[in-house]
Amino acid sequence: MRNAFADEITRMAQADARVHLLSGDIGNRLFNKFQEKCPGRFFNCGVAEANMISVGAGMALSGLRPVAYTITTFITARCFEQIKLDVCYNEAPLVIVGVGAGLSYASLGPTHHSFEDIAILRTLPGLSVLAPADPAEVRSALRAAVAHPGPVYIRIGKKGEPAIFSEPPEFVIGRARTVRTGGAACLIATGLVLLEALHAADALAARGIDVEVVHMPTIKPLDAAMLASVFHRHTLVGLVEEAALAGGFGGAVLEWAADADARSARVLRFGMPDEFRHEAGEQEYARSLCGLRAGQIADRVAAALKG
Amino acid sequence: MTTPSIAELQAIARETRAEVIAMSHRAETPHLGSALSCVDILVACYFSGALRVFPDRPQDPDRDRIILSKGHAAMALYSVLARKGYFPADQLLAFNREGSRLQEHPGPQSTPGVEVATGSLGHGLGTGLGMALAARSLGKAYRVAVILSDGECNEGSTWEAALFGAAQQLANVAAFVDYNKWQATGRSDEVLALRPLREKWAAFGWDAVELDGHDMAALAGYLRAPPSGKPRIAICHTVKGKGCSFMEDDNNWHYRVPTADEVVQARRELGLA
Repeated sequence: MRNAFADEITRMAQADARVHLLSGDIGNRLFNKFQEKCPGRFFNCGVAEANMISVGAGMALSGLRPVAYTITTFITARCFEQIKLDVCYNEAPLVIVGVGAGLSYASLGPTHHSFEDIAILRTLPGLSVLAPADPAEVRSALRAAVAHPGPVYIRIGKKGEPAIFSEPPEFVIGRARTVRTGGAACLIATGLVLLEALHAADALAARGIDVEVVHMPTIKPLDAAMLASVFHRHTLVGLVEEAALAGGFGGAVLEWAADADARSARVLRFGMPDEFRHEAGEQEYARSLCGLRAGQIADRVAAALKG
Repeated sequence: MTTPSIAELQAIARETRAEVIAMSHRAETPHLGSALSCVDILVACYFSGALRVFPDRPQDPDRDRIILSKGHAAMALYSVLARKGYFPADQLLAFNREGSRLQEHPGPQSTPGVEVATGSLGHGLGTGLGMALAARSLGKAYRVAVILSDGECNEGSTWEAALFGAAQQLANVAAFVDYNKWQATGRSDEVLALRPLREKWAAFGWDAVELDGHDMAALAGYLRAPPSGKPRIAICHTVKGKGCSFMEDDNNWHYRVPTADEVVQARRELGLA
């Protein structure tokens, strides 16, 4: 995903002189092409994420379209107040890109896990929160974000994520889409774990259970029309995210459901439990500890349908 | 418009102080001492003619940007902005009243002329540097002035910004530290080890000078000085509560609000009664 980001931001900057890139001292060589093609528009802001956000806000308020990029947890939790005040309160159209969201950096330990970013950032007025699912969608999400008049946060993975979409899908902020049809239940996934949800659907199909899969790459604002449709049509809805169950995407959907009085469907939430991960291991292993692997999702859905 | 003389600037500062003291009394709003210590800096920024501001076109892309990073001194900023013509002065009467946009700390929609929201310390310098960087990238000649408090130099983000400003050699930045030697609950040289403050900024790569923050000629001269190739900062020695004998250097006035009698006495001391 990060390579797709670097390539797409370079293309965009070549076409639009307002696009500037700020980095928090990561991406060794990742942005060489950007610097070559767009001299004077790349700024390594150092290991000083809070200032990077403030600087980005000041640039955005001065007519530029800056994009700030570094490791998710450092560009969100560490500088939450800069995002709250300098970006959101000032209505500065800064695009904030967090690389390595969720458990992407599982083996690096909880210092590098970002499970809380959705929960904290969706409280900020005016901030759009996006979670593309694969490298192609990173490109679409980035284009939509830079074209958006307000601030946007995009959480992405790291590298090597399998392609889900053969080409960059249409991306409208606030709009979800159905990626697989089925009548037995619906899985609504956001971001990195769409692939797990799709594989879970495959596993369920092998057992004769056809489930719908919806991708909701905008966590804020939620696609209320899609949610209303899903909760109207299904009696079982699974909400899948690689983020904390506390306050995350699933929580946001349940807030919607309460307010929309759409509580007739039974809901299964899949996400990261309220604990730090103390075990070493890569992303898929860490997902398995959270019940986020496709087989685990399929088993819970099948059991719920039986019960 | 002719450039005001130093004596005229000093008169504006006296009237601003009286207005700020009256605002604090009317609205029962604290941070009076902090507002009074930076009045001369604000008056130099807005009235000396060294910076280009356009009250009738507050969003003019070529304006110089002035950021009061110590947002708790908002009363002083509002008073100066109203006097400059950014909004009708009678709106000051509604300061901090229910429904007024003039809140205790300046927000982005509080009034024309406020560049960015401040109030949480350690934000104004970084956003100002972003504006300065944008000027360079856009080929614009505007400058950025940022007014910090000494307490604000406790914030790590201030020093992140200091490092960044030096790395980018943002020579279109002229910052001030309102060094009134107090922060909310103690001497700013004792709460954390600020001293020697000028040397700290110089070591961080800034062209750092010390001056009397109540000397209007020195303040205007600092703003008019030719660029040095580095971001500049003036460590301004000031007195908290300046202009009013019973408030000067008394940190109770960080939170105290003046009585009606004290407002009258202050006006007399300012030569306005």
